[in-house]
Amino acid sequence: MKYYLTIPLITVLLIITAPLISNAQTDIDAIMMEKKQFCVGPMYSYGSWKNYWEGTLKRENLNLGTVSTQAFAVMGNYGISGKLNVLFNVPFITTKASAGTMHSMQGMQDLSLFVKWMPVEKQMGPGTFSLYTIGGVAFPLTDYVADYLPLAIGLHSTTATARLMLDYQVNKFFVTGSASYVFRSNITIDRTAYYTTEMHLSNEVEIPNASNFNFRTGYRTSKLIAEAVVNIWSTIGGFDITRNNMPFPSNNMDATTIGANVKYVVTANHNLSLVGGGNYVVTGRNVGQANTFYGSIFYIIDFSPKTKSTNQSGKTN
Amino acid sequence: MNTKQFIYRFFTVAVVAGILVACNKDITGRTDNAPALFPANIDINAGAWKPVLLNAPTDIVVAAPIATNTPEYVAQINEIKSFQNNLTSEEENLVAYWGAGAVLRWNEILRELVAKHNLPPYQNANGTYPIPSAANPLAYPLFPFSNPPYAARAYAYVSAAQYDALVSAWYYKKLFNRAAPYKVDSTLKVLVPKSDLPSYPSEDAVVEGATVEMFKLLFPGDQDFIQQKAEEHKRARIISGANVRSDIDAGEALGKAVAQKFVTRARGDRAGAAAGNQAMWTKLETDAIAKGETPWYCLEIPARPPMLPAFGKVKTFLFDSLTVISLRPGPPPSTNSQQMKDETEETYQFIKNTTREHTAIVHFWADGVGTYTPPGHWDAIASEDFITKNFSEVRWARNMALLNMSLMDAAIVCWDTKYYYCNPRPSQLNPAIKTLTGIPNFPAYISGHSTFSGAAATILGHIIPERAAAYSSMAQEASMSRMYGGIHYRSDCETGLIVGKNVGNYAVQRATIDGAE
Repeated sequence: MKYYLTIPLITVLLIITAPLISNAQTDIDAIMMEKKQFCVGPMYSYGSWKNYWEGTLKRENLNLGTVSTQAFAVMGNYGISGKLNVLFNVPFITTKASAGTMHSMQGMQDLSLFVKWMPVEKQMGPGTFSLYTIGGVAFPLTDYVADYLPLAIGLHSTTATARLMLDYQVNKFFVTGSASYVFRSNITIDRTAYYTTEMHLSNEVEIPNASNFNFRTGYRTSKLIAEAVVNIWSTIGGFDITRNNMPFPSNNMDATTIGANVKYVVTANHNLSLVGGGNYVVTGRNVGQANTFYGSIFYIIDFSPKTKSTNQSGKTN
Repeated sequence: MNTKQFIYRFFTVAVVAGILVACNKDITGRTDNAPALFPANIDINAGAWKPVLLNAPTDIVVAAPIATNTPEYVAQINEIKSFQNNLTSEEENLVAYWGAGAVLRWNEILRELVAKHNLPPYQNANGTYPIPSAANPLAYPLFPFSNPPYAARAYAYVSAAQYDALVSAWYYKKLFNRAAPYKVDSTLKVLVPKSDLPSYPSEDAVVEGATVEMFKLLFPGDQDFIQQKAEEHKRARIISGANVRSDIDAGEALGKAVAQKFVTRARGDRAGAAAGNQAMWTKLETDAIAKGETPWYCLEIPARPPMLPAFGKVKTFLFDSLTVISLRPGPPPSTNSQQMKDETEETYQFIKNTTREHTAIVHFWADGVGTYTPPGHWDAIASEDFITKNFSEVRWARNMALLNMSLMDAAIVCWDTKYYYCNPRPSQLNPAIKTLTGIPNFPAYISGHSTFSGAAATILGHIIPERAAAYSSMAQEASMSRMYGGIHYRSDCETGLIVGKNVGNYAVQRATIDGAE
């Protein structure tokens, strides 16, 4: 039995306004596509916030009102084998502030590419244990403006992510945990000097690296997935927004979000599925307290010679 | 499997590349490695140059130095030697940093302080805004709020004080003609380029003393940072063998004494009253309405009082108050006129059809909240060019003073014009005009960026004629950036450039008669 219940969820982890990571998070769930199966589909998300953290101080900004971020993305996941998948995500992002005079921004953001490898999958106790290593890169596809927070569509940094993920499933219930380290390259901005906690006479900005911890648990079968997710993103370094200042790409940006996702497989042959979900920033630093909702439709195209394959990944739900 | 191998390789490369990226994130500032100051001409007669505020270079008396054959002097040479015997890498870095030039480094420090303090205060719970207090600078809102007029004035006072102090120092250098320590003791190592300039009083300490004294007025809440820089500067000069301690002490005292004259001027230059009061703010509005115009309104929520409406009354450096009025341009197009409608539409079209290139120009010149302001940007442009010219300290100071007095006077004429006409911003006349950078909290006509840039390009083009065309095109671009960004109309920008040039010409006039050319 095939298993292709990928849950692509977007964590529009928001920077004070813009999605920092709007990548599909198929790279962060414990689900693999079968060999020569290609799962692809459009995704839409809408996130907004009214309050944000200026350093540790939670505040609103009447000159921004509600800042919203919309993303349209195409995501895909291809199974080189049942233990090795490649994934991509390309979002088009639009940001807007409901008050004040700041101009909205839009554009193609970053292309992310991930390789997901499951070297270990075995029966352990009453359930199945699997281990994944995931590596990815993301790089800006266009020359979009990073130095316009909170309305910039991204930070324009090239990133490399290394992730270790563990999953354990007993019957129809699972728990997944992962830890990631995100290397983020410096960026260049359109001005020749900027102030952080000191003056920098350069157009180059050091973007702090980041860590991400993700925990998810719930119900998982080949027909339906329902899960709760906690995500903890923290930059390693960076500085706080000073009082009544504008945010800056090299701010210390932390966010803990909680969320839920549902994936439902519509058709009998399992190749059409619907995904929906949302998340909320419960605590953060130099980020907006965003509420984000998203939905997507996925279709699986089978490139394998036969239409049916056995369950090579060993997951038996 | 080949594909598989490829993927594994891709994965490995990605991670390794990431680590490499992560390990090489240090950023070098553009002037971090500026060469040591090595003047092509020591300007030995600069003691005869025309000061800004002093009546004569002898206004402040500097005592004759002790003779170089006294035990006291020898002890001071030994102080240098003992530093040099145990040179740490931190000390070497200090010598290299300060060796690039005192005027350069203190200008950079000033720009840093301006950027740090260029933050509008957050509103009170009742929707009013608190006013920073010089008497209590560390309480919120921090003092100062170094907005563009405040910054322009700060740059001008600091530069002019440094210049006058150095003119006086050069007078005494020539008069006393005490050789540098490495000329007195040929066994002394020297870590900076040698010079024939007499070393008493120390020009570096003059600049440091003058600047520190001005900063007590301008940035009273940053004294720890400023004093640390001052100590490092003085130490660097002794460590380098360029000065003995008595050179430093005499220079610092001279710098402070000259700066005190500028502090006295600053306390009486009417900047303290520039914020105005409710009656003045209301009058701006009613006067414009009485003229049949739509008055400027603040676009912030809650409405913030206009930025320094009486800054146009501040005492100028290059001309008198009647000239300020004569430099004020004629009125902008009436807010009811077809021309104003057309210009509003033109600005709207810029932001509606914005390009990445235009946005880059907007952001390059924005110099808004949290930055060193447009005057600071022109100081940065000037500094990087001056580094290549091998100016002496006194010529550096003279050129920066000419530039910064132009910028301050440009601010005064510009602010006088802004509040005389009180013309609304494009976003007020057409709320569909969203801006690509923060919208300033003062009337539109004339553009501050254009006025600053016109003035700066004019005096800089005089100082470095081969760059005149480049400065002029930078000014043009800075000016246009405000239309691209939805901040201004064409009339604001074009008239602002002209008014700026007119202000800059006063500095050019001064430059031709100050004795330095």
